[in-house]
Amino acid sequence: MAPNRRGSSTCVFPKMPVIVSAASVVGPREGKGPLGPLFDLVCADTLCGETSWEKAETKMLRQAVDLAEAKAGLEDAEVDFFLAGDLLNQIISSSFTARDKDIPFLGLYGACSTIGEAMALGSFLISGGFARNVLVASSSHHDTAERQYRYPTEFGHQRVPSSQWTVTAAAALLLSAQGEGPKVEAVTVGRVMDFGITDANDMGSAMAPAFADTVWRHLIDLGRSPGDYDAIFSGDLGMVGSKAALHLLKKRGIDLKEVHHDTGLMIYGMEPEICSGASGCGCVASVFAAKIYPELKSGKLKRVLLVPTGALHSPTTCQQAESIPGIAHAVSLVYPGWEEREP
Amino acid sequence: MTLLYAFLVGGTLCALAQIVLDLTKTNPAFVMVSAVSLGAVLSGLGLYGPLVEFAGAGATTPLLGFGHSLVTGMMEDVVRLGWFGLFTGGLRATASGLMAAIVFGYLMAVLFNPKG
Amino acid sequence: MTRPRTREKEEYIKLATSFHPPRPILRNALLAFLVGGAICTVAQVILGVLSTKLPRVQAQAMTSSIMVFLGALLTGLGVYDEIGRFAGMGAALPITGFANSVVSPAMEFKREGFVLGVSARMFQVAGPVIVYGSLSALIVTILRVYVFG
Repeated sequence: MAPNRRGSSTCVFPKMPVIVSAASVVGPREGKGPLGPLFDLVCADTLCGETSWEKAETKMLRQAVDLAEAKAGLEDAEVDFFLAGDLLNQIISSSFTARDKDIPFLGLYGACSTIGEAMALGSFLISGGFARNVLVASSSHHDTAERQYRYPTEFGHQRVPSSQWTVTAAAALLLSAQGEGPKVEAVTVGRVMDFGITDANDMGSAMAPAFADTVWRHLIDLGRSPGDYDAIFSGDLGMVGSKAALHLLKKRGIDLKEVHHDTGLMIYGMEPEICSGASGCGCVASVFAAKIYPELKSGKLKRVLLVPTGALHSPTTCQQAESIPGIAHAVSLVYPGWEEREP
Repeated sequence: MTLLYAFLVGGTLCALAQIVLDLTKTNPAFVMVSAVSLGAVLSGLGLYGPLVEFAGAGATTPLLGFGHSLVTGMMEDVVRLGWFGLFTGGLRATASGLMAAIVFGYLMAVLFNPKG
Repeated sequence: MTRPRTREKEEYIKLATSFHPPRPILRNALLAFLVGGAICTVAQVILGVLSTKLPRVQAQAMTSSIMVFLGALLTGLGVYDEIGRFAGMGAALPITGFANSVVSPAMEFKREGFVLGVSARMFQVAGPVIVYGSLSALIVTILRVYVFG
C-alpha cells in the first residue's frame, strides 16, 4: 500500500499544500449576481473589449492568472507548473493563455470538474517534491459554450427548465509548498460514472451519480461523516442534479442535507433564464476563489469538501445518442490554523 | 374578417407546434422539419388549399405553408411539363422566401454582430 | 458503488426525470398562440395591401420575401432571439422564424470568415427544413399525380 493512500481512492498529504492566493474574473451577468462584489474583476460586456468571445474568454483567464500571481507576489520564473483547462474544443482558452506565460504547461480536460482535477494534480506535484509553486486555473464563457454545444446565440428558442446556464468566468489559484492560506488536506480522484442519461438539457442528473460515488468513497476511505465538514460544495449539479445526488447518497445511508451547497445555485439570483442553475468550468472555480476561499482563509469555515463535477460528453456523442458520462473529484480543504487547533 | 381568421389559424398552428414540442421534449429543429412535411401531406390530401382560402397569411406564413407551396408548385409544373416538373416546381414556387433568406441572411451577417 | 446495471440505470433515469421541473405547457401554448397569431396578422395586412395592386400569386410571393426580411432584420438587431425565448414555436414556426434560423448562424459564424463561416453555416437549421420539405413534397406529388391521379 502506498503510504499516503487511504481506502479505495483517497490520497492524504502529510505536509499539506497551501493555496496562497485566489483570483476571479467574471462577466457582466455574474457581476450583477449575489456574489458580484466578491469577484476581483467584472467585465463590462461579454466581449471584454475583444473581437470574439473566444478571445474574451482567453483574456479573462489571462487576467485571473496574472492576478493570482500578483496577489501571491510571485513571478513566472518562480512558478513551476501551470495546470489549466476549459470547455472549448482543444482547450484553446487554456493553451492560448499559457502561450503568454513563461511556465511549463499541462492542459487538462474534465469539463466543469477541471478545477478539481487541477487542484488534485497540483497538490500531488507539490507534495511529491516536484514543484514549489503551481498555478491552477479554469474558465468558461456562456457564448463560446452556447455556440459550440447548442445553437447560435441569436437563434430564438426556449430554454428547457432542467437545463443549466454556462457561466462566463475565469479563476486561478496558486498552490504552494509553503506560505499562509487554506490547505489541501486530502483528495479523492473520482471514477467516471454513467447512469444512462442522454438528455443534454439535463447535465445535473448525468453528473449526480459521479458526485454521490466520489463523496461516498471519500467519507468511507477517511472514516468520516458529513458532519466532519462545515460545508460540502458540489460544483454545479443545479437544482435537478442536487436532488438526484442527495437521493442517491441517502440510499447509501448518508444524509448530506445539512451541509450540502451547490455552487451552481450560488452565483445567480432567481432569474427564470438560468433554469436549473449555473454550470461551466468557471462556475465552481470562481465561486471558490471569490467566496469559499476567503471564508476558509479567515477561519469562518474550518473544513470544507469541494467536489467539482463534470459532464464528459461532446455535441457529437450527443447527436449519436450516446449517454453522458460524469466525473467528480473531491478536494478536502482546511483553514490555515487547522493543524494547531485545540481538539 | 380575414385578419381575424389569419390570427386565429396562424396562432392555433403555432400553439399546436408548441404543445408537440413540450410533450415530445424534442428540439425545435425536429418540430420545424415535421411541420413542413405535415404541410406537404395535408396539401396532398387537399386539406391545406381550403385553409389558405379561409385564413390567407394565417395558413401560408407558418412553415406548413412552405410544404403546401412546394406541393402546389410541383403539381402545377407536372401538369405543364410532365414528370420533369417534379424537379422544377417545388423550388420555383418557394423561391421568393428562399432567395430572400439568402440575400437578407448574408446582408444581416455583414451589417450586424451577434449580441449573445 | 459498483458499475450500474441496466435496471439500475432505468430506475435512475426515472428518478432524475421525476426531479425535472414541469414544463409550463398551457402558458407556452398561449404565448405561442398570441405571438404566432400576431405575426400571421402582420403578414395578412401586408398581403392585403399588396393584393390591391398585384396579382394574387405575386402578392403572396412578395409577402413571403417581406416577412423574411422582417425576421432577418429583427434577428440582426438582437430582438428575435428574445421573442423566441418568450414565445417558443410562436416565433419559430412562422416564416420569420425560418429567417431567424438562417440569419442567426450566418451572423454567429462571421468571425470564422464569409465563405466557411457565414455561407457554409447559413442553412445549419434551415437546410433540414428545405430538404425534408422538398422530399415530402416530391413523394406527395408522385402519389397524388401518378398513383391516385
